[in-house]
Formats: sequence, C-alpha cells, structure tokens
Amino acid sequence: MKKSVFLFLTIIVLAQTVLAQNSGAVEMADTMRDSGKIYVVVAVISIIFIGIVAYLFSIDKRVKKVEKGNG
Amino acid sequence: MTKNWWKIIASVLVLYSIIGGLLIEVPSLPILHESIRNLYFHVPMWFTMIILYLVSVIYSIKYLSSGNENDDLLAVESVNAGIIFGFLGLLTGMIWANYTWGDPWPNDPKLNSAAISTLMYMAYLVLRNSLEEEQKRARISAIYNIFAFPVMIVLLFILPRMTDSLHPGNGGNPGFGGYDLDDNMRWVFYPACLGWIMLGVWIATLRYRIRKLENSQLDS
Repeated sequence: MKKSVFLFLTIIVLAQTVLAQNSGAVEMADTMRDSGKIYVVVAVISIIFIGIVAYLFSIDKRVKKVEKGNG
Repeated sequence: MTKNWWKIIASVLVLYSIIGGLLIEVPSLPILHESIRNLYFHVPMWFTMIILYLVSVIYSIKYLSSGNENDDLLAVESVNAGIIFGFLGLLTGMIWANYTWGDPWPNDPKLNSAAISTLMYMAYLVLRNSLEEEQKRARISAIYNIFAFPVMIVLLFILPRMTDSLHPGNGGNPGFGGYDLDDNMRWVFYPACLGWIMLGVWIATLRYRIRKLENSQLDS
C-alpha cells in the first residue's frame, strides 16, 4: 500500500516536471497567426512602405524634370 | 543611375522582406521569441550605412585624384544618407535591446562603437560646414573621410570581437549565421539587405542630384 502511494506520488511529480518543461517551451505568436489578424499588420506596414516608395519616386520625377529644364 | 528599374527592384525586395519577414516561419529561440524578425529590419540598416560610407570614401579618393567637384558632392551626400541609416540602426537596436537584453543601452562594446562611429561621421559634416572655401573644404573633408572609414570598420567589426559582447558574432558568440539563421531566414534576410542597400543608394543619389541642381543655380 505504502509502495503504491509512493509510486503514485512519483508519477505525479514526474508528470508535473514534464508538464512544466512543456510550458517552458519558447512562446511564439502562433495563436496570433492562427487568428489571421497578423495579416492586418502586414497590410498596414506594406501600405506605409508603398506610400513612402511612391513618394520617393515622385521626388525622383520632379528632380528629373528640373534637371532637364536646366540642361 | 537615373534609370528606374533598379529602384523598382529595391522597392520590391524590401516589400517582400516586410511581408515575408512577418509571415514566414522563424526558429523558436528563448529570449528572442518573435523579435528574431527584427534581424530583417535592424541589421540591413547597418549594412546600408556601411555601404553608403564605402561609396563615400571611394568618391573621396576619386575627388583627391580628379579634383572634380561632383565627386566631392557624391561623397558628402552618401554620408548624409548613411547617417540616417545609422540613426535608424541605433534606434531600432535600442528598442530590440530593451526587450531582449533588458536595457536600451547595455554598454555593449558594439553599441558604444556604433555610437562613436556615428559621432565621427557627424564630425565629418561639421568639419565641412566649418570650412568656407570650396576646394579646401572638399580636400580636407576627403582626407578626413579616408581616415574615418577604416576607423569605423575597426570600431564596428574588430574591437567588439576582441571583448565580450552581447551581439551575435562577437566576443566568442557565434554569429547569427552560425545556427540561428536557418534556411527560411536566409531567404528573407539577404533580399532585405540587398533591397535596403539599393534604397539607401537611391536616396543618396537623389540628394546628390538635388545638391547639384542647387549648385548650378548658385553659379548662374
């Protein structure tokens, strides 16, 4: 009887350490990705970047125009 | 360099690195967690800065042998654009450090070196502005630039490697390429670096062209 109780306790302790190890795994934002909303962030950053690049191109065009006018 | 195709390639590469950098799977590492994705954005800032400084020093040497004013202008505008990327690298690094190393400025040798080299290039700009005569200014600042570039390389790549540093690849730490950078990450990281470098060169050439226009207006 005593032996089985001891065995039971050992199993619980072991199980807990295993569980603790599992929860100690590196946490990544997998659930955020699953929910799909990360795409919103991607879209926002992409639009900002596309906007800045478009702006750069427009500056480029204006500089080209002035260069032609001077040359 | 006024053609458009390489600017479009640069934009597409960076855009790809933003989308891929946020969505493509990354290795699960302790402490870093998802912040490992900063590699795609923080590190290219420094690479872009170094390439722009390299362009600058090449044109400084060219100026000394040719005496052509345009070479001097390209040198200074490359530094002007490079310094922006240097500040972006410092700021993004501080945010990243705050959440992984627990301090925005943990007095890491690489951080201090980066700060010193940024100050060194700011001194270059101050030196230029303090000289009135154009040819003297161009010559003295070109020589300063030639000395500053190797010092920057030593500060960023040699000194931090000789002591303990938190940065990967320094003080006996394995580099990111060692085991953190898996094949998935390479496919985003290298295009990101290439894209940002081209974007930086684009901004530098834009500044150079505007500066040239300003100068031609002054002459006429």
